[in-house]
Amino acid sequence: MSTDVNVKMEALAGVDPNALPLQVKDLQVEFRTRNGIAHAVNGVSFDLRAGETRAILGESGCGKSVTAQAIMGILDSPPGFITGGEILYRGVDLLKLPESERRKVRANRIAMIFQDALSALNPVFTVGFQLAELFRKHRGMSRKDAKARAVELLDLVKIPAAKQRVNDYPHQFSGGMRQRVMIAMALALDPEVLIADEPTTALDVTVQAQIMALLAELQRERNMGLVLITHDMGVVADVADRISVMYAGRVIEEAGVHDIYSTPAHPYTKGLLESIPRLDLKGQQLSAIKGLPPMLTNIPPGCAFNPRCGYAQDICRQDPAPALFQVSPSRTAACHFWKEVKGDE
Amino acid sequence: MSDIVLETRDLVKHFPLTRGVVFKKQYGAVRAVDGINLQLRRGETLGVVGESGCGKSTLARLLVGLETPTSGDLFVQGKNMSQVSAEERRRGRRNIQLVMQDPYTSLNPRMTVGDIIGEPFEVHPDVLPKARRRARVQELLDLVGLNPDHINRYPHQFSGGQRQRIGIARALALNPEIILCDEPVSALDVSIQAQVINLLEKLQHELGLSYIFIAHDLSVVRHIANRVAVMYLGRIIEIGTEDEIYDNPTHPYTQALLSAVPVPDPRLRGHRDQIVLTGDVPSPANPPSGCRFRTRCWKAQDVCAEQEPMLEVRDKSGHPSACHFAEVRDVVHASE
Ligand SMILES: Nc1ncnc2c1ncn2[C@@H]1O[C@H](COP(=O)(O)OP(=O)(O)OP(=O)(O)O)[C@@H](O)[C@H]1O
Ligand SMILES: Nc1ncnc2c1ncn2[C@@H]1O[C@H](COP(=O)(O)OP(=O)(O)OP(=O)(O)O)[C@@H](O)[C@H]1O
Ligand code: SF4
Ligand code: SF4
Ligand SMILES: [Mg+2]
Ligand SMILES: [Mg+2]
Repeated sequence: MSTDVNVKMEALAGVDPNALPLQVKDLQVEFRTRNGIAHAVNGVSFDLRAGETRAILGESGCGKSVTAQAIMGILDSPPGFITGGEILYRGVDLLKLPESERRKVRANRIAMIFQDALSALNPVFTVGFQLAELFRKHRGMSRKDAKARAVELLDLVKIPAAKQRVNDYPHQFSGGMRQRVMIAMALALDPEVLIADEPTTALDVTVQAQIMALLAELQRERNMGLVLITHDMGVVADVADRISVMYAGRVIEEAGVHDIYSTPAHPYTKGLLESIPRLDLKGQQLSAIKGLPPMLTNIPPGCAFNPRCGYAQDICRQDPAPALFQVSPSRTAACHFWKEVKGDE
Repeated sequence: MSDIVLETRDLVKHFPLTRGVVFKKQYGAVRAVDGINLQLRRGETLGVVGESGCGKSTLARLLVGLETPTSGDLFVQGKNMSQVSAEERRRGRRNIQLVMQDPYTSLNPRMTVGDIIGEPFEVHPDVLPKARRRARVQELLDLVGLNPDHINRYPHQFSGGQRQRIGIARALALNPEIILCDEPVSALDVSIQAQVINLLEKLQHELGLSYIFIAHDLSVVRHIANRVAVMYLGRIIEIGTEDEIYDNPTHPYTQALLSAVPVPDPRLRGHRDQIVLTGDVPSPANPPSGCRFRTRCWKAQDVCAEQEPMLEVRDKSGHPSACHFAEVRDVVHASE
C-alpha cells in the first residue's frame, strides 16, 4: 500500500482554491433497461458553497440518489450511464479526470452517508477496524495511531464509552448509533463536501433530531458544504440554505429556503407544501396533488408535471419542456406560468 | 347501544424468549404490550403514536385477533371476546378490519384485485351470496377511487398509493364499523399520502366508521385524530384529545417527541423549544423499574425508579398522564 496517497489537492492540475467546492452542471444520467431507456437525471445543475447546506428535495424515484451516485462515481454501470454534463470540484471536472485521480478526490474531499447505515457497514468487521482502515489506507497511519483516531471520531459523533464501543460490531449498535458511525466514517478524512442521502429517514423523530443537530454542529466547525437529499419538507425547513426541488429527473425549482416556503413559484412545489399535514396547524385541509409521477421510460412531452397540474395550458403539453425561468436574481422555476403560481405575496 | 365500540382492559402480550432447540427453556419475555387500557368511541379516530418497537403493531394485531393476548380483556361492542361463543367472536372480528402499512407486501401478487378484495367473503360466506360479490367488489373499487374495470388486474399493475386503496377496499368488504390502520401512509410519497388520508376521512364520514390510526408521524395523527394515545415501551403514557396532547402535553416523553418533529416553516428555525433526548430506548425485554422513561428523562427523581406512575389525571390539564411530575409545557407553537 502506498503512503503518498494523502495528496495535497492543490497539487491536482487545475484545482482553483477560489472555485466552489462543488458544482453540478447539466448532469444527464440514463439507465438502459430491457423496457427502454429510463431518463433518471435530465439536466440537473446546482452549486454548493463552503459551509452551505443545499437540500435536494423530491419524491421517490425522481433521481435524487442517482444524482448523488453520479457525483460520487458509484453509479451502477451498466445499466446506468452518465451521458452529459459536468461535475466540478473546485473548478476541475471530475468526469474528465483519469480514474485514479478521481478516486483520490472522492476519497478525500467529497464524502457520502447513506440512508441505510446497516447495509453500508461491513457486518464482519468491528466498527473500530472499519474506521481505522480509512486512516491506514488514505493517511498511511500505523495500526495503533489509526485505532486512536477511530476512538476520537466515535467520541466526536457522541458515541458514549467510545473506547469500549470501538471494538463492537455494527449489529451491536442501535439504528441511531450506526448512523453516527456512518457520519464518523464520512468525516474521517476531513472532506470539504458531504453528501447525505436521506440520513435520517429510517430513524425515529427523537433520534433524527439528535443526528441533524450533530450534522449541523460538525458542518459549522468545519465549514463543510452539505448536500442533503430528502423528501421531508420539515427537515429541509430546519436546516437548508438553498433548495433544489426535483421532479422526474429535473430540477423544477431552485431558490433560497424562505422563498420556497413563502412563495413557491412551481405548481409542484406549491402542491407539496399544501399536501403535508403540519404539527402546528389544527383543522388543516389537505389538498392532494392528483395523479401519479410519470414513468421515467415514458415522460410526457412538454412539462413532465402537466398531467397533474391545475395550471396547465396547451403550451405545457408541447415540447420543449419549460426552461428554468429567472424568477428573481436568486431563484429559478421551470414553469411557463410561474408568475401566476407565485402570486404577489 | 353503547357509545364505546371497542375497549381493552389491562391488555398484555408477552413474546417468550427461549433458549435451546429440543427442550425450549424460557429465560425472559419481550413485553411488547404491557397493560393497555383504551376505549374507542363510535365515529371517532383514536391516534396511537410512539417510537419504533413500542408495541403499536402488536396492539393492532391483538385488537383484530391476529394475536392472542397473554392476559387482559378485549371488548367489542361491549362483549368480552374471551367469554363469548365462537360464532359471536367471529362476528365481532368481522366488525374490526385492519389496513396494513406496506402496500407492497401486504397484497398477494398472484391474486387479481377482484380476488383480493373479495377474499373476506370466502371467510365469511354468509355476508353476501356468491352471485352478488363481483358487483360488490366493483362498488368497493369505485368507493376508494379506483376504476371498477380494473377488477382483473394484478397488484404489480398499481402504484403504491393505489395498492393502499386496494387494501382499504378489502378492509371495507364486510361492512365493518371499526377500521384499524397500522401506518397506512408511511410507505407513501408525500403527494400520494394526502390522497389516501383524504380518502380515509371521506369514508369515515360516509360510512360512519370508527378508526384507530397508528402512526409514528405526529403531524399526520394531529390532522386525522380526535383523541391521541402516546405509547412508550408497551404502555400508554399519556392520552387525551388532540388539543390536550398537542397543545398541553404533560408527560416529558410526549413533550420530547413533539418538540423533535420538524415543522415545514423556515421562519420557525431556531425558535422552537427543542428537547433533545440522550440515551437509547431500553429493551422491551427488560424495561426499567418504576417509570419506564426514567433512563432518558431529564426530570427523573428517586421516586421515579421506585414507583411506577399510574396513567391518571394529576394536574389541571385534565387528561391522564403517567408521570409523577406531570405538568403542562408548551412545545408546539400554534401557527396561523
Ligand atoms: N440500478 C438501476 N437500474 C435501473 N434503474 C435504476 C437504477 N437505479 C435507479 N434507477 C432508476 O432511476 C430512477 C431514479 O432513482 P433514484 O434512486 O435516484 O430515486 P430517488 O429520488 O433517490 O428516490 P427515493 O426517494 O425512493 O430514494 C428511478 O426510477 C429508478 O428506478
Ligand atoms: N412475534 C414476535 N416475537 C417476538 N417479539 C416480537 C414479535 N412481534 C413483535 N415483537 C417485539 O415486540 C416489540 C414491539 O413490536 P411492534 O412491532 O409492536 O412495535 P411497533 O411499535 O409497531 O414498531 P414499528 O414502529 O417499528 O412498527 C418489539 O420489541 C418487537 O421486536
Ligand atoms: S409548465 Fe404548465 S404544466 Fe408545467 S408546472 Fe407550469 S403550468 Fe403546470
Ligand atoms: S415519572 Fe419521573 S422519570 Fe417518569 S416521566 Fe415523570 S419525571 Fe420522568
Ligand atoms: Mg434515493
Ligand atoms: Mg409497527
